[in-house]
Amino acid sequence: MTQVNADLAKSFGLNAEEWGKVLEIMGRTPSLTELGIFSVMWSEHCSYKSSRVWLKELPTKAPWVIHGPGENAGVIDIGEGLAAIFKMESHNHPSFIEPYQGAATGVGGILRDVFTMGARPVANLNALRFGDPKLPVTKRVVDGVVRGIGGYGNCVGVPTVGGEVNFHPAYNGNPLVNAMTVGIAKQDKIFLSAAAGVGNPVVYVGSKTGRDGIHGATMASTEFDAASEDKRPTVQVGDPFTEKLLIEACLELMQTDAIVAIQDMGAAGLTSSSVEMAGKGGVGIELTLDDVPQRETGMTAYEMMLSESQERMLLVLKPERSEMARAIIEKWDLDYAVIGHITDTGRIVVKHKGVVEADIPLAPLSDAAPLYRRPIAETPKPAPLGAVDLSAPLDEALLKLIASPDLCSRRWIFDQYDSSVGGQTVKRPAQADAAIVKLEDTKRALAVTADCTPRYCVADAEQGGAQAVAEAWRNITATGALPLAVTDNMNFGNPEKPEIMGQFASAIKGMAAACKALDFPVVSGNVSLYNETEGRPILPTPAIGAVGVLEDAAQAVGYGLKPGLELVLVGQTKGELGRSLYLREILGREDGAPPVVDLAAERKNGDFVRTQILSGKVTASHDVSDGGVLVAVAEMLLAGEAGAELAAEGDAAFWFGEDQARYVLAVSDANALLTAAREAGIPAQRIGHATATEKLTLPNGIAISLPQLREAHEGFFPQWFA
Amino acid sequence: MKAAILLFPGINRERDMVLAVRQSFGAEPTVVWHKETELPAGTDLVILPGGFSFGDYLRCGAMAAQSPIMRAVKAHAERGGYVLGVCNGFQILTETGLLPGALLRNAGLRFLSMDTMLRVERNDTVFTNKWEKGAVFRAPMAHGDGNYTADEVTLDRLEGENLVAFRYADGNRNGSARDIAGIFAPNLRVLGLMPHPENLVDPLMGGTDGKPLFDALAAA
Repeated sequence: MTQVNADLAKSFGLNAEEWGKVLEIMGRTPSLTELGIFSVMWSEHCSYKSSRVWLKELPTKAPWVIHGPGENAGVIDIGEGLAAIFKMESHNHPSFIEPYQGAATGVGGILRDVFTMGARPVANLNALRFGDPKLPVTKRVVDGVVRGIGGYGNCVGVPTVGGEVNFHPAYNGNPLVNAMTVGIAKQDKIFLSAAAGVGNPVVYVGSKTGRDGIHGATMASTEFDAASEDKRPTVQVGDPFTEKLLIEACLELMQTDAIVAIQDMGAAGLTSSSVEMAGKGGVGIELTLDDVPQRETGMTAYEMMLSESQERMLLVLKPERSEMARAIIEKWDLDYAVIGHITDTGRIVVKHKGVVEADIPLAPLSDAAPLYRRPIAETPKPAPLGAVDLSAPLDEALLKLIASPDLCSRRWIFDQYDSSVGGQTVKRPAQADAAIVKLEDTKRALAVTADCTPRYCVADAEQGGAQAVAEAWRNITATGALPLAVTDNMNFGNPEKPEIMGQFASAIKGMAAACKALDFPVVSGNVSLYNETEGRPILPTPAIGAVGVLEDAAQAVGYGLKPGLELVLVGQTKGELGRSLYLREILGREDGAPPVVDLAAERKNGDFVRTQILSGKVTASHDVSDGGVLVAVAEMLLAGEAGAELAAEGDAAFWFGEDQARYVLAVSDANALLTAAREAGIPAQRIGHATATEKLTLPNGIAISLPQLREAHEGFFPQWFA
Repeated sequence: MKAAILLFPGINRERDMVLAVRQSFGAEPTVVWHKETELPAGTDLVILPGGFSFGDYLRCGAMAAQSPIMRAVKAHAERGGYVLGVCNGFQILTETGLLPGALLRNAGLRFLSMDTMLRVERNDTVFTNKWEKGAVFRAPMAHGDGNYTADEVTLDRLEGENLVAFRYADGNRNGSARDIAGIFAPNLRVLGLMPHPENLVDPLMGGTDGKPLFDALAAA
């Protein structure tokens, strides 16, 4: 018999103070199962104990927000009685230990967060950060993660339509896998998790429970060390086929009036789902674990409560509808088991083999959960960028940049993801700045994107946080869609280090300012801390997922260029090279301040661009971000069927600077656009035109053939995995 | 033409197929659950859509081939009824024996999701008569197991009897024998193919290259 004491609590991740609180709440030494429940509920992963005080700073409200943070996912009004339900969530720690399963179950988990609220998932995205491509381990992780995302997403039949990938040595031991799902529901058919109705049955649906993933949430709340590989048994194994059945079974059941409350069993499995459902409803819950469908024999109460076996849901049903519900679930060949009932005791009581294994008051379990305002140390502002050598020939610099791991084509990745299943994908990967997914049986479409620039964040987390939000907003705007709301996935190092907590607080500050200025509230999110290996933290990475809406999907524009159009650069160009890819890839430097985010200009320029697109005057549109104007133009050529001749005056800082709030628009009447911009007080200039030739001619007269450009851009991944 | 679309657990392109059929047929197809033992009365065309029936466990299509509804589909085919299997549907038809050969793991051992070009090998069938013979059209593909394989005798027979429906025309990415993307049964009333014409029937989604298949069936 395991002795429950402070040492065991410590090994479960509870510090002395937290252990003291447990004793105080229980008034006795807790059982092993009870300690397990406390430790996962109070883990960083489940309790947000280091981040909650800061997350409150984010704006979460707008007239179109139906449910903000606090539910399984955020819910917004997208018109015609429909709601978009979405969230992004990390699966970083498992993805390093076991890349395929870590990434696959990350996709599965975020899908459940969305369909548990009644939405049919219609789009998946992912934001990925990997270490130095020169390391063999990076190749192994990239391969496993991409296969895992594809293996799961392709099978469940939700199109994977977008995302982003960065490489940096800071992610060598800590890759980031952030998965986002967007679903669609009717606004009057949204399901929440608050349990109600004393005596109502608590029903378990889905896969059987095994010993996988026990204490996964605790693993996700500690730093890595050399022994982390030994934690492989805590990584869960995904079964996308069962998930697909679960989606269809739940959505079918949701057409009836049987469900009182529903929640997926995610991190901390049966514990968090039962505790949260009963806690939110202000009721009690009693579980009889003997009735839990089990995959293995001899499982203890502790193991069942802590298991993170995948593809499971917990439901509270109306008793008179429970047999009908059983018929629907069993039609889909899924396990259906009544494992308890709702009580009025305000306690969670867990029984197994006639023994009460846990009996905990729910209110203190959540209300007394630890909450830390950890010390913060602000990162000093970066020194100004000194003199920069701009002598590299433009053509050579361009070819080198678009071939670099951070800017090269992602085709090798997205060619492994089914992006067309569902039949509603209007713009697939590498066609537009945001993926466009039509809403079946309407003219409307959603625009979805995921963005963050960690090399900016590490230099200035406030500017970086604002930039991530602004870039997501800009990517949606560049398609013609109206940006509506954001989900955030905060990936940082060890919060017990003041400089890390300083990064976190600054990033939140920048994000909050941008969200306010752009009317872009945060409706859901996830925090992943302790992303450190042997004391080395990742770059601060506040990944932003965002959703916008188009009233008419046919108005969406991509960035592929056609001959005959004129190219206009909208927004002011000062030539900001601090922290730019030009600086890093051409000059081997990572210094200076990141580009300034002028939120007023961002708003003004973006609203102007969107108006121009919706009035039908813009044929192609691309935001200017990584790599600057010249890279943006090159991407427009590679996505289209044209060459281009560039005419604007400018040095390398002009062509490769990463100034924000800019777009390249392709129009048939440049003068009309320039006049409209002048009247609106927005800087705009003609920079060239698209041609029917097979080349990109630079202002200095030097031409790069399109095949040469394409070969450079498409080379990296296929060669790496050849 | 009255169409029934079969739904096995794990199938995920049945909605796409409903949209394509609805558009060309001007009528709603019936979606039939795999545990049914009979097709709806008056069914002219049975469609087996794409996805991962039974999770592709055991072998792609192997378990779906044993579903109760497949007995009715075999009887329908024997009566000369029309059958269309796409992607996993094609795999199920080979597992059922309604079409010869098998679909193995892609030669590169990776899932392939991209547009491919298909060449129409004959246009005197109820499926292909809206195309010119030799026409090349675009179709999205999305599969991990599309590597068409059969023994040499079978391949020679398919060629000799002119039963190859479509071939990959822009490179053979999945390793299929003789670039075969789709085949007919000898009576030309059963067609299986790997790519997805149903995902290219609307200009908004990038084109209508796949629409002639459904227009041809609608007119039959």
